Amino acid sequence: MSSESTAAVEAAFRRERAAVLATLIRQLGDFQPAEDALQEAFAAAIVAWERDGVPASPAAWITVTARRRAIDRLRRDRTLADRIERLKVLAERETAATEAEGPEEEPSAVPDDQLRLIFTCCHPALAMQARVALTLRTLGGLSTGEIARAFLVSETTMAQRLVRAKRKIAAAHIPYRVPSDEELPDLLGGVLAVLYLIFNEGWFASGGDRLVRGELCAEAIRLGRLLHGLMPDDPEVAGLLALMLLHDSRREARVDGHGELVLLDDQDRSLWDRGRIREGERLLEGAMRRRRPGRYQLQAAIAALHATAPSPQDTDHAQIAALYGELVRRAPSPVVEVNRAVALGRAEGPNAGLEVLEPLLRAGTLEGYAPLHVAHADLLDRAGETALAARAYERAAACAESSVTRTELQRRAAALA
Amino acid sequence: MPQYMMLIYTPNEGGPTPEEQQAEHPRWNAYTEALGEAGVMVAGDALEGIDTATTVSERDGETLLTDGPFAETKEGLAGYYLIDVPDLDAALKWAARIPSASYGSVEVRPVRVFPEA
Repeated sequence: MSSESTAAVEAAFRRERAAVLATLIRQLGDFQPAEDALQEAFAAAIVAWERDGVPASPAAWITVTARRRAIDRLRRDRTLADRIERLKVLAERETAATEAEGPEEEPSAVPDDQLRLIFTCCHPALAMQARVALTLRTLGGLSTGEIARAFLVSETTMAQRLVRAKRKIAAAHIPYRVPSDEELPDLLGGVLAVLYLIFNEGWFASGGDRLVRGELCAEAIRLGRLLHGLMPDDPEVAGLLALMLLHDSRREARVDGHGELVLLDDQDRSLWDRGRIREGERLLEGAMRRRRPGRYQLQAAIAALHATAPSPQDTDHAQIAALYGELVRRAPSPVVEVNRAVALGRAEGPNAGLEVLEPLLRAGTLEGYAPLHVAHADLLDRAGETALAARAYERAAACAESSVTRTELQRRAAALA
Repeated sequence: MPQYMMLIYTPNEGGPTPEEQQAEHPRWNAYTEALGEAGVMVAGDALEGIDTATTVSERDGETLLTDGPFAETKEGLAGYYLIDVPDLDAALKWAARIPSASYGSVEVRPVRVFPEA
């Protein structure tokens, strides 16, 4: 086998898989037969391209071959209730394709199909875990095994999760369409939540294979770019992509030589990826010009202020506190309040921050949330309340999730006591 | 078009009082009418309370009867609608408009289609 044609198949697989799959799902009306047909078409390509050379449009070749394989399968499969109807639709499409300029001229990917696929994979009638898995498997380039390792479940469990989700889409007739303008805001919010969850899962790796976890961030960004390409006018889509890029710019700096987390203030800023920061900033500026702010744009704006500050001291903490205030106003969240308290403490002094934390500490809803107590301890320390600060660090250590963090917090408590 | 069964569950305790249920009637009538006008209604009924239920099972050739529902749950099946709509989104929109959705819940299940013989 020539390595050239194998490489061509591999390249086509990586580049075109999601787009071709999206179109096939629409044409076949079901996920599983589309995936099976696509798999067969790629296998056929290895043989055919070796024999006849790589076609001018590999994606069109794959699409047409996959559709024909699907027709063959449908003819044989008598268990489907609506196979006659499906065969009719496919046969009509096949005739139309032949009567046109021949298969090579058929558009291989309809951009709207990928949007349809995104909205179906992220449909609110599917459990969040299922949405994440399905999005990564069908739109992303990860295998079932890779997704399983990233989410710390067995490959069998992940495979069952995917099968179940696809079965529900088919049996319950979850629609394969781009939502109407009126439904869009709600449903798009759900899609963005899935992408951000994938990113965060990779970013805050609490365990598992670090390499695969890193791929989750890369996949989330890739999917963010895809969605932004399909919906270039939506400011929140651009905002989320900017947010992920701005966070990701710190990838190299946030882990030290021993694989341990380095806090923002202690990071070597020369390791930050300037290209990603510039790209994130440009996206954010474009989004904000549309004057339709949202939670992702606000978070991206905060990340941008950190990313462009020359040092922790020279960061516009007042502006960051104001942006957190706007986030809380839109969607009240005690966790965001903690961040606002930290920023305010830096902008206006520790007492301003302590004032914001006071009601949160009294309410007790975040009692087991380590960052609350770390923020409290830091503010108390800077306000000169050393003994109280030591106690707050001890409380933080008690709810720390990793042993590395716990040891560090205990060390700080001891240093103050 | 696919059919969906909307199974209407209401709380067994702490739900609306008989007076409140009475007052709810016009809303149920309006809802059923809306389904009819949209041309999606196949069937629909309200059921008597779970205290009127008898559960039947057949074991080793013997018929067992139990006074009451199949399982003790917080919510009980109170009625159903069977509708004919283009997709799940349409079914979910109708389900959300069911008068008791604000204090109970509605389970939406696609009706199974068997392959041709």
